[in-house]
Amino acid sequence: MSKIKVAIIGSGNIGTDLMIKILSLSKTLEMSAMVGIDPDSDGLSRARRKGVATTHEGVDGLLKMAEWRDIKVIFDATSAKAHIYNWEKIEPFKDKKIVDLTPAAIGPYLIPAINFEIDDSLRNVNMVTCGGQATIPIVAAVNRVAKVHYGEIVASIASKSAGPGTRANIDEFTDTTSAAIEKVGGAERGKAIIVLNPAEPPLVMRDTVFTLSEMADKEKIRKSIHDMVAEVQSYVPGYELHQEVQFEEIPESAPVFIEGLGLKHGLRTSVFLKVAGAGHYLPEYAGNLDIMTSAARACGERMVKSLS
Amino acid sequence: MKHNLYIQDVTLRDGMHAIKHQYGKEKLKGICSALDKAGVDAIEVAHGDGLAGGSFNYGFGAHTDWDWLEGLSEVMTNAVLTTLILPGIATIDDLKKAADLGVKSVRIATHCTEADIAPQHIAAAKKLGMDVGGFLMMAHMNEPKKLAEQALVMEAAGADCVYVTDSAGALMMDGVKERVRAFREVLKPETEIGIHCHHNLSFGVANTIVAMQEGANRLDASLAGMGAGAGNAPLEVLVAVLDKMGAKHGSDLYQLMDAADDLIRPLQTRPVRVDRETLSLGYAGVYSSFLLHSERAAEKYGLDTREILVELGNRKMVGGQEDMIVDVALDMLAKKKEA
Repeated sequence: MSKIKVAIIGSGNIGTDLMIKILSLSKTLEMSAMVGIDPDSDGLSRARRKGVATTHEGVDGLLKMAEWRDIKVIFDATSAKAHIYNWEKIEPFKDKKIVDLTPAAIGPYLIPAINFEIDDSLRNVNMVTCGGQATIPIVAAVNRVAKVHYGEIVASIASKSAGPGTRANIDEFTDTTSAAIEKVGGAERGKAIIVLNPAEPPLVMRDTVFTLSEMADKEKIRKSIHDMVAEVQSYVPGYELHQEVQFEEIPESAPVFIEGLGLKHGLRTSVFLKVAGAGHYLPEYAGNLDIMTSAARACGERMVKSLS
Repeated sequence: MKHNLYIQDVTLRDGMHAIKHQYGKEKLKGICSALDKAGVDAIEVAHGDGLAGGSFNYGFGAHTDWDWLEGLSEVMTNAVLTTLILPGIATIDDLKKAADLGVKSVRIATHCTEADIAPQHIAAAKKLGMDVGGFLMMAHMNEPKKLAEQALVMEAAGADCVYVTDSAGALMMDGVKERVRAFREVLKPETEIGIHCHHNLSFGVANTIVAMQEGANRLDASLAGMGAGAGNAPLEVLVAVLDKMGAKHGSDLYQLMDAADDLIRPLQTRPVRVDRETLSLGYAGVYSSFLLHSERAAEKYGLDTREILVELGNRKMVGGQEDMIVDVALDMLAKKKEA
């Protein structure tokens, strides 16, 4: 069985890490082209060293490459703004699909552990955010046992693992992740917080999930969360529950006031996660990078199932 | 270029931390009005962690920011209504909502090494016609020259003023002096410099005065020190000192003394003072807002607050990582069980 040819647009941290994963791990995807805008970027020079065809002229350059004709899947690891332009250029080529790793979210959100059964006709899917990939499975795990009124996540990442694109567009993380907590996680209302920590040596990515749900059997919720963690581990080996799941009952007599929902009571579930990266492009601390590229790789491999 | 002294009250923002963000709407309006009458230059209103801070992580407020802000600009005759945001928690949309409610000034707060997550918000606030301060938190964790480089990032993005923000109340007077001096050396003369202190090592007022003597003109303070940890520089004390120094400012000492004792002290369910726990914050260099969350975790898991705070300092946790308090507590609990 021959591998399906793919391209990556964006030669920053995310694009480069994804390239390494596809080159070294994928049994079904073949790196055909690496696309950047800076000929001197580390990502493009790594691609050249590995014998991958490159262009530094963005998506326009990609469309002119000899490799373009056979490429079936394009991973976009640029920015939300650039993705809109890239999709405009790629959309007319009906035999090609795109996995969007930016917060643009033109296509539906995809989190492999939750909604992997994507329609084969879908040509643009969005990978939410690193924090979303790490936390929304947990919101969904609670929600399949007890209706989640409110889901809140806190993602702490090492400063060194946040590239200039992430830093210049931090609102996009907040907005996209909150929206996906609702749409994919199933919470009535979602809230996302991101914190950059500059400690040296850099700290491994941490994610905390708080949900307020209807009162339910705590053991059922605990089991559902453990099952979900195992599911995410199948494509992100460094993903783990760092503490046992914590519960706190919020009684009707002492409710919390949640913006948009009003006074709410029920069961508060707190889940403390740790995401260690595989150390492909950035070291182990960059779990944020790893979970995004691992999810994207899994998604790309799922997309080509019907092709191969 | 000599800038006039500009006193910004933070009782209704930083002070939120001291009472778990539970000001009633009318109470807050009354305090705001008293501050305005007493002649402070600016009054900051928001959840303690800035707009949209209401959450499990930081504590839900008694009201939304929008409810607190609503109608305040109408009762104010003198002071500038301001607010604060942390990129990563609040977004530009929140800033726009605040502008619609009459907020004319905002501080964009980042950790002292992460100024480059703020330019988007600084530019947006300028576009909304706001006065903008850059707020470099946990300033003790960055050396003066490097902190000044971060200040330059905020200035370049359009900030009118950049603050040395001693969130942990861990700076001593030389540390403040060196940082403000480093700012003055690199910032444009028209860019103002601000100082925001916490009183954890009892330097709240002293550090503010040192900063002023080095060229800071925007001074933060709160009534009766109402703020996170051991509180901020107490406003009435600062104003008394400024009077004695003959510094020119527009605030009335006696009105502020009355407001501090009559309006604020009765609200302080947990005393805002230097004690074992709040001193530990300054000593270990820990974000002052961690105080009540750590006390709660200590109580829930049967641990010692001071030990939790010191461990948070060892792990180099920064502002906003309140979720790691319970994480640390659970680690300590597991260790205790092993032993």
